[in-house]
Amino acid sequence: MTVSFLEPKNYRRTLTTIGAIVLIASVTLYLVLPVVALFFRTTPELFFSSLCDPAVTSALWLSLFTSVISLGIVILVGTPFAYVHSRNTYPGKMIVDTLIDLPLVLPPAVAGMALLVLYGRVGLIGKYLNMFGITLAFTTVAVIMAQIFVASPFYLRQAKSLFEQLDPSYEQTARTLGASSIRVFATITLPLTASGLVSGAVMTFGRALGEFGATIMFAGNLPGVTQTMPLAVYVGLEGNNFNIGLTISILLVIISFTIMIAVRFLASREVRHARSRSP
Amino acid sequence: MLEADLHKQLRDFSLDLKIQAKPAEILVLMGENGAGKSTVLNLLSGLLTPDAGSIRLNGKSLFKSTFGVSVPVEARNIGYVLQNSTAFPHLSVSENVAYGMKARHMHKDRIAEHVDKWMELVDIRNLADIKAGKLSGGQKQRVAIARALAIEPDLLMLDEPFTALDADSTTTLKRHLRTYVRDLQIPCILVTHRLTDTQDIGDAACTITRGTINWQEHPCNLPDPGAVKWI
Repeated sequence: MTVSFLEPKNYRRTLTTIGAIVLIASVTLYLVLPVVALFFRTTPELFFSSLCDPAVTSALWLSLFTSVISLGIVILVGTPFAYVHSRNTYPGKMIVDTLIDLPLVLPPAVAGMALLVLYGRVGLIGKYLNMFGITLAFTTVAVIMAQIFVASPFYLRQAKSLFEQLDPSYEQTARTLGASSIRVFATITLPLTASGLVSGAVMTFGRALGEFGATIMFAGNLPGVTQTMPLAVYVGLEGNNFNIGLTISILLVIISFTIMIAVRFLASREVRHARSRSP
Repeated sequence: MLEADLHKQLRDFSLDLKIQAKPAEILVLMGENGAGKSTVLNLLSGLLTPDAGSIRLNGKSLFKSTFGVSVPVEARNIGYVLQNSTAFPHLSVSENVAYGMKARHMHKDRIAEHVDKWMELVDIRNLADIKAGKLSGGQKQRVAIARALAIEPDLLMLDEPFTALDADSTTTLKRHLRTYVRDLQIPCILVTHRLTDTQDIGDAACTITRGTINWQEHPCNLPDPGAVKWI
């Protein structure tokens, strides 16, 4: 007996399958094709010769340098902040929770404008700093400040949620065994949340590396000082130096893809130590 | 000797009770879920602070509300196996057992000696180098008990310690607990749901209902199950 696709039962199933394939393929292609197109627009020779261009190397090193510094500051300040915030109840905690997520929804250009209004030479705080000869806007420090402002919520959210979800009995047991709060944090809390924290840090690094709007508003676009990779891509296109823009774009895609793979790998390795019951 | 007079306002009721445990005595706390048994252990260990009252252990005041005395958790030297407490999953079995001794900055050789002794006693020596996260529930529970015993506490508290163990391991552990408590002459408080635990190793037993003790006797005088609502 032959199965006819025109039989109502098989006909519907075939249509559903085709519909699902078309949906998945179209969404995936829409997201992937533009990125793939970057690689088809250049040749290996052109890519590697552009890599040696001073504009590319300068933007690459500045981006890596500022992103590493930003990440270091976010980890050093953000980890204790997230721990203290998640372990304590205080008035206005929910407001703080909402405020630290604000940079995630704020347009980066607005973030840059806000930083400029506060720390610029005539800004609310900037004018006082200026009296002591301290200028923040349009310096490498401004690049770092913009990156921290825009990227830190990725780490803070992750750390906060990890500390909140960690089963409190591990820390309580460690304390009854004679460990001080700092020892408990270093030997129990941090190791049990490490993979999650690292994946939060990697996301933060990725976001800092790709920061554009806040940087151009608050730090400007000075080659070697504030011109990071995304800004150099923009300048490449503006100044009719398409190859430079293309090379930097491909570099950013490679770095972003590596970051994504790293996050997925770390997430799959993550051992769950979440609380199994309410405290 | 442990003497405690505890008062704490909980969400649904007020916990008000006095308990006493003599050296080498195993006091069993029984009661239905939410009666306040684990809260009593948390108050004694310092993980929770009583609203009022006092806690004295071997003549030393650990808590006295009238004088504002409250010894921090880490300085009480109480071995406490929390309910559902498992071994630290990122550490090996031997590192788990050594944890409390390292926190006390004991000498490395002495730690190694003690770790060996306690792993042998609870039959986990063959698991020494395995990460605790890879152990079965019963093995983790034995690690947690060895870890609490290894600090040579002045008071031992166990919250439902036998739930994850099979019958043989439970029998062996009960025998070892009995010996340990008698040899070191320390008081021990055991929270359990199971009457058999109370009869097997309890020297004194009491039932807690909504934060107060409503029956206290020697385990051999356990009431008729029908007489106590939760049994």
